[in-house]
Amino acid sequence: MLLAEQALNGLQYGMMLFLMAAGLTLVFGVMGLINLAHGSLYMTGAFACAAVAAATGSFWLGLVASLAAAAAAGALVEIAVIRRLYARDHLDQVLATFALILVFSEGTRWLFGSFPLYLKLPAALSGAVVLPGGLHYPLFRLVIIGFGAAVAVGLWWLITRTRLGIRIRAGEADREMIGALGVDIARLYTIVFALGAALAGLAGALVGTIQSVQVGMGEPVLILAFVVVVIGGIGSIKGALVGALLVGMTDTLGKALLPGLLSRVWDASSANTIGASLASVLIYVLMAVVLILRPQGLFGARG
Amino acid sequence: MELKRLLICGTAALALAGMAQAEPVKVGMITTLSGGGAGLGVDTRDGFLLALKNAGDAGKEVELVIEDDQQKPDVAVQIADKMIQSEQVDVLTGIVWSNLAMAVVPAAVAQDKFYLSTNAAPSQLAGAGCNPKYFSVSYQNDNLHEAAGAHATDAGIGKVFIMAPNYPAGQDSLAGFKRYYKGEVVSEVYTQVGQTDYAGEIAQIRNSDADAVFFFLPGGMGIAFMKQYAESGVGKPVIGPAFSFSQDILPAVGDAALGVKNTAQWAKDLDNPANKAFVETFQAEYGRLPSLYAAQAYDTANLLLSAIAKADVGDADAFRAALAEADFPSVRGKFSFGPNQHPIQDYYVREVVKEGDVLTNKIIGPAMTDHGDAYAEQCSM
Repeated sequence: MLLAEQALNGLQYGMMLFLMAAGLTLVFGVMGLINLAHGSLYMTGAFACAAVAAATGSFWLGLVASLAAAAAAGALVEIAVIRRLYARDHLDQVLATFALILVFSEGTRWLFGSFPLYLKLPAALSGAVVLPGGLHYPLFRLVIIGFGAAVAVGLWWLITRTRLGIRIRAGEADREMIGALGVDIARLYTIVFALGAALAGLAGALVGTIQSVQVGMGEPVLILAFVVVVIGGIGSIKGALVGALLVGMTDTLGKALLPGLLSRVWDASSANTIGASLASVLIYVLMAVVLILRPQGLFGARG
Repeated sequence: MELKRLLICGTAALALAGMAQAEPVKVGMITTLSGGGAGLGVDTRDGFLLALKNAGDAGKEVELVIEDDQQKPDVAVQIADKMIQSEQVDVLTGIVWSNLAMAVVPAAVAQDKFYLSTNAAPSQLAGAGCNPKYFSVSYQNDNLHEAAGAHATDAGIGKVFIMAPNYPAGQDSLAGFKRYYKGEVVSEVYTQVGQTDYAGEIAQIRNSDADAVFFFLPGGMGIAFMKQYAESGVGKPVIGPAFSFSQDILPAVGDAALGVKNTAQWAKDLDNPANKAFVETFQAEYGRLPSLYAAQAYDTANLLLSAIAKADVGDADAFRAALAEADFPSVRGKFSFGPNQHPIQDYYVREVVKEGDVLTNKIIGPAMTDHGDAYAEQCSM
């Protein structure tokens, strides 16, 4: 029973990471841009949701606002800053987007103050439900799994079944060629970036309801999202999904099972300490193994 | 002609300066004013400034320089060097985090500067590493956890699940709790620093036979855990040190925190005149309730002012003796220093309650009385 609950936790955590990593890998793959400020867009979504939910009393309006605010912030940033970076090397991109993190963090602090904000679940989604088998599980975590799955399906449809998807894939493969064929690349990039930002904003709003909405909330998740992107393969949505689920499962099950396994070898307190330390490096071990076996990532097209 | 007038003016100005009182004491405050931890630093700064303001003319004898450490040890060290060498401060204060304090304090006291801690008080500086120039006005890091352990014992909690992040302050926390807890610890879990999802730990709590949960998760970690715990439907009571139920983050935790017992050496309803004045003026000045960090900084400033009134900061021995007397009206009521210059004070059990729409803490009883710390014996001063 405990194992079932932990597996569900791993799935939920993976879906949460996927929401974050999907936008990141899209931008990384299509535009070749390393966007460290992705976490800031996640934060923007969470703050927009908290502010609108507090003002209107409706979580759903907050969720819409998070999408809109993050997409708008993304488009603005793309037009004002990112656009100048495509031709530069990755180091310049890292530097500029790191500067954006600082601007976003202090800007948010300036607007909303230094103290964490309150974001509450709507009553309809709060509390625990009983799953088949008698397992009590928080309803909202199931909702996050649902959102993750919906986003995965939606992105798959967008990429494979729509005209915009064709252009995105074409842009990924050869950006000069689609420019020559008359596609407005600048607009395409703004759209893709705003889409990635909106996904990050949605993740921020969803996750903010069960975590803290505060300045700097995006950075810890950003690191994990990069791990997911690297494991899954740069630019692959499918890779992001599989990578996120792998990371989520590994992290959750590692933390849950390792101390117990180690306590057969060591005494309880050292097993706990060692287990916790080992569990926290497990996903990086996973990343290293994947990179050794498949340097381009599980579903990456590029070497 | 012009030159002569200038000379006269200059001489007059010099004479005036000579007549004025002694130079103000220069205080360097290094605290976290940006990023996710800024709420704690802002309260530290505001509490300190309020004490100076409330002191009237006496407060003007302190010249305060404030800088933001961004919660980064390397930045804190740079600021400390600058304050000591080019600004030539007499006293340093304000650091919130223990890892930053460990990077700054030993070097600062080695350069003959006083350091008054408004919050961080790692065990290393309380035991063998104690220093005549270092005073902790807040507590020793283990104290609030020890008080929680004592409370759990008093409340007759037989089995407890304990949890803290896997870093030095987290390990100290669990050690402090166990030092005064007489029941059975059924499970001891270390989480990752900065962890935001606690589903795994909550599943373990649900499946353990513990009667209660003790946790130390400062800042956003505590907000996340409390919200997720409330959603999970696991009804086991929660106890912890005040950090996750302090006024700066209670609004963000929301109703999930209601009824939680937590331990601290201060609460806004402590009944003494100094505290009443503090809470009232803080609300009037800043429009919010003060947190534990604000109270500690307020006390630190008042301690400093009490020493300035008695001794010249240039005379290190006299100034140290004046500080050690702790002759100031503490918002905690009773306050004195132990042999290692850490507080001997009372600790209370507080409960999170709602006053109108505002979540805050109410004292429900004592946890420990005249409590010092476990490291004082190792200090040889």
